[in-house]
Amino acid sequence: MSDFLRSYLTVAIFGGVAVALVGVLLGLGSFLRPSRPTATKTMAYESGVDPVGDMWSQSNIRYYVFALMFVLFDVEAVFIFPWAMRLETYGYFGLVEMAIFIFILVLGLAYAWRKGMLKWV
Amino acid sequence: MLQTLLAQQAPIEAIDTPAIDWAILAPLLVMAVGGILMLTFASVLKRLPSSVWSVAAVVISLVTAITVIPLWMRVTDTANSATSTLAGAVAFDGFSLFLTVVIALSVALSAMLADGYLKREGLEGPELFVLLMMSASGGIIMSFANDLIVLFIGLEILSIAVYVLAAMHTRKLQSQEAGIKYFVLGAFSSAFFLYGIAMIYGATGSTNLIDIKNFLSATVLADDALLLAGFALMLVGLAFKVAAVPFHFWTPDVYQGAPSPVVAYMASAVKAAGFAGIIRVFVLTFEQYRTDWQPVIYVLAILTLLTGSFLAIVQTDVKRMLAYSSISHAGFLLVGVQAATDRGVNAVLFYLAVYSFMVIGSFGVLTVAGGVGDNAHTLDDYKGLSKRSPMLAFAMMIFLFSQAGVPLTTGFFAKFGVISAAIDARSFWLAVVAMISAVIAAFLYLKVIVAMFFAGDDDHGHGADAEDAADASEADADDAGHEPIDIPLGAGIAIGVCALVTVVFGIWPGPIDDLAREALPRLVAESSAFLEIGN
Amino acid sequence: MEITSNWYLILSALLFSIGAIGLLIRRNPLVMFMCVELMLNAVNLSFVAFGDRLGDIAGQVSVFFVLVVAAAEVVVGLALVVAISRRRATTTADDLSVLRG
Repeated sequence: MSDFLRSYLTVAIFGGVAVALVGVLLGLGSFLRPSRPTATKTMAYESGVDPVGDMWSQSNIRYYVFALMFVLFDVEAVFIFPWAMRLETYGYFGLVEMAIFIFILVLGLAYAWRKGMLKWV
Repeated sequence: MLQTLLAQQAPIEAIDTPAIDWAILAPLLVMAVGGILMLTFASVLKRLPSSVWSVAAVVISLVTAITVIPLWMRVTDTANSATSTLAGAVAFDGFSLFLTVVIALSVALSAMLADGYLKREGLEGPELFVLLMMSASGGIIMSFANDLIVLFIGLEILSIAVYVLAAMHTRKLQSQEAGIKYFVLGAFSSAFFLYGIAMIYGATGSTNLIDIKNFLSATVLADDALLLAGFALMLVGLAFKVAAVPFHFWTPDVYQGAPSPVVAYMASAVKAAGFAGIIRVFVLTFEQYRTDWQPVIYVLAILTLLTGSFLAIVQTDVKRMLAYSSISHAGFLLVGVQAATDRGVNAVLFYLAVYSFMVIGSFGVLTVAGGVGDNAHTLDDYKGLSKRSPMLAFAMMIFLFSQAGVPLTTGFFAKFGVISAAIDARSFWLAVVAMISAVIAAFLYLKVIVAMFFAGDDDHGHGADAEDAADASEADADDAGHEPIDIPLGAGIAIGVCALVTVVFGIWPGPIDDLAREALPRLVAESSAFLEIGN
Repeated sequence: MEITSNWYLILSALLFSIGAIGLLIRRNPLVMFMCVELMLNAVNLSFVAFGDRLGDIAGQVSVFFVLVVAAAEVVVGLALVVAISRRRATTTADDLSVLRG
């Protein structure tokens, strides 16, 4: 077995122990405790009040717009990190380039703001 | 990944940045910056009438086309003035400039069509124009691309904007459905295209077309399976964009559902950009491996020609009919690509230039004739169009004759060019299939022309020619049960320009042909030093 | 046994195929978008593996561009789905069948 695979052996053993531990504890619990289910007991726990609706409830579509904007601006950061790591090397040229890049992103954000996308209506 | 890339901290020293020839980038910068500025102004100034944005879009695209003129002088000045810039990622040759002009003019004409369309449909906003210009800047990047990753980015900028444009009619379900369909299939094909790039990178060690070509001519690959798989996957992606059979399934649905001015843009500029990619990658870079890819294009061309013209005939919706006819045009263009000669490339460029005008004209007529909702596109709706609007019907007749390849129109020289290039390259059967398919397609165009001029009211003799029908239109406008059609100013100018180009250069094709002849693609390494990042 | 770059390439080919097949057989647009992402990320894996094999940085740099393009693409796709689902209750690919011919 190569060193490469052996280093993963630790991970595998750790994972196995974790699964076994959880299995033993839960199994012991279900073996010891009495089981008398009633309708009230099997009800989903929702902070003490009666649960409303299905578990698979749809989230409001308005969340999506924020999520989409987040994904877009978040991923653009991938270009900023390498530049930030080598900031001095790129000098003023890099600074101006990155300023232009971020400025264009800001224009996009400004457009979204003027379109009312940032407001929770 | 990021860490391995960044961990190699070198001592601080200024690095050489690639030499940038800003003049070469001028057309791209005008188009892209124009689009961004328009979006910024649009978000600040909300209450401007949409015609302002339309005029601005036309002006910006025309300025883009004008910035090409000095560059064109420079590139045709001496025989070897083609070059590349930005560390070899951007090619500067007649080919890229020629297609830039085609794309810019497509945007200008589509923007003129869109003006009246937006007013009629009660849609607001300059977003359509901004997206047109963004998409066009992607197309310009594609025609300038000298690096596979740059080509991919151009393709995506072009496509992502067009996905949104197809779904632009927010109150029409067909339009949104067209957008989703185009998106899913387009993303699917881009993934294939990208996988092809990865394989070619793996096989040749570079994504730069110059380096790839140098590598391939210096090395004999012991195992070229990776390279051939890369060819196949890239071809799938590009064939999808130009709507070649069997990657055409989206075309009829998207063309039918999308707003007509957008379809005009899709049929002209998107196709031109797609062929820019095919020619630069296959005909130019993989010239050495032409025995591997030529047969594939041969088969694609035959399938595209036959499917396009046969399926077009059975359609009853004129928009779908023109969608299939655009597929058959892609087939003709592939005939020119298959020749893989200078003559073939010239023929394809000429074809793309004149085809843009006739197809924008055709969809321009559809934009106006479609009525409110852009829905009246069945063949029945077009019956008696000559009575409702003689000018429109006459212009449509010119465009359809040109698409059919009737002499004295640009379409004739375009088809003649690609077929003679195929014969020149000894692809006789392909030329025969192309001619047969031209005849079949001619039947389709005649069907529409007959519906426009001779159907409708039956109290006119069937032998009446266009002039009579036009004269009678005023008297019989009420009988036909249709109101005469108002042609918006912008659409009128666009259709007029397209008709004029189609007729004038159909009689006198010399100028466009000369330009296409000087617009051969070149792969030239930059003379200045390359950039070294990270030492 | 040594893990060579070929293993990564095979894994990437498998992921790409899973994505492609998933896109063809699933009917939920969201799942279809996930399949597109899977395909693009499979290609990213290929780029990195090839870059490693060639000892070339360009493979990793390409991944940056692909990541951003993939994000932009999927955001546009999701925005289209949001626009459609504002108009109608369910959105599966089979419901999108107005355009036929």
